Amino acid sequence: MANHDRPLSPHLSVYSWQVSNGLSILHRMTGFALFTGAFLFVVWLLSALGGEACYTMFMDIMCSWFGLLVAFGYTFCFYYHLCNGIRHLGWDIGKGYEKSTAVKTGILVVITASALTLISAFIVYSSLGGAS
Amino acid sequence: MKYRAPLKNALGLGSSKSGVHHWWIQRLTAVALIPLTLWFAYALVSGCLDVTSVATAREFIAQPLHAMLLILLTFTMLHHSQLGLQVIIEDYVHGPLKTITLIGVKFAHVIAGVAGIYSIIIISIAGQAS
Repeated sequence: MANHDRPLSPHLSVYSWQVSNGLSILHRMTGFALFTGAFLFVVWLLSALGGEACYTMFMDIMCSWFGLLVAFGYTFCFYYHLCNGIRHLGWDIGKGYEKSTAVKTGILVVITASALTLISAFIVYSSLGGAS
Repeated sequence: MKYRAPLKNALGLGSSKSGVHHWWIQRLTAVALIPLTLWFAYALVSGCLDVTSVATAREFIAQPLHAMLLILLTFTMLHHSQLGLQVIIEDYVHGPLKTITLIGVKFAHVIAGVAGIYSIIIISIAGQAS
């Protein structure tokens, strides 16, 4: 019979923190966040289908300080998961496995994702400010 | 004497009969999502998609090319999301709850996909008529 007390993967507790495992966990966390984001995207489509009142209610929530904070979070999750996903696809074709390279590309991913997040948020926020 | 035909290895199917299908589809959808999500992000940031009012949002969705890309985005994004969630659940949820969660998450993604694609199609048809 199966022993249910045996340790199961992922064995997170046996690793010391490094760039590679930290970013790997962040990839999973942002992926999970984007799963909820994908459902929010569907809610956006449904509210557009629902008409004026429905859509206004949705946008009022999204444009509140809390909604904007959530949107900002999704923006970073999206850019990070995208950039790190490309890094993962590189590994899948056998590129960038060298330890020093993996650390460098990891740092590059964080910098690129952060920069894209700030630029996008700035552009969208200033256009929202202009509209209201 | 070997009883195993080389074809068995060539097909890449293990005892699970699905081989690397999950892994491969996760990569394929990932590659497809690069241009699709970048297009949508560009539409949002550039102001091409003005989400502030229902009229402008529906006008964007109803454009034939936009509607087709949005359907592709909805399908691919939710497919990729389901595959990713499956891996997370298989890692952290155990016992009978695992099967229930896996089925529930799969159903939720299919429902979301149908709801999203249905909305895009109806908005498009309404947009073409007006």
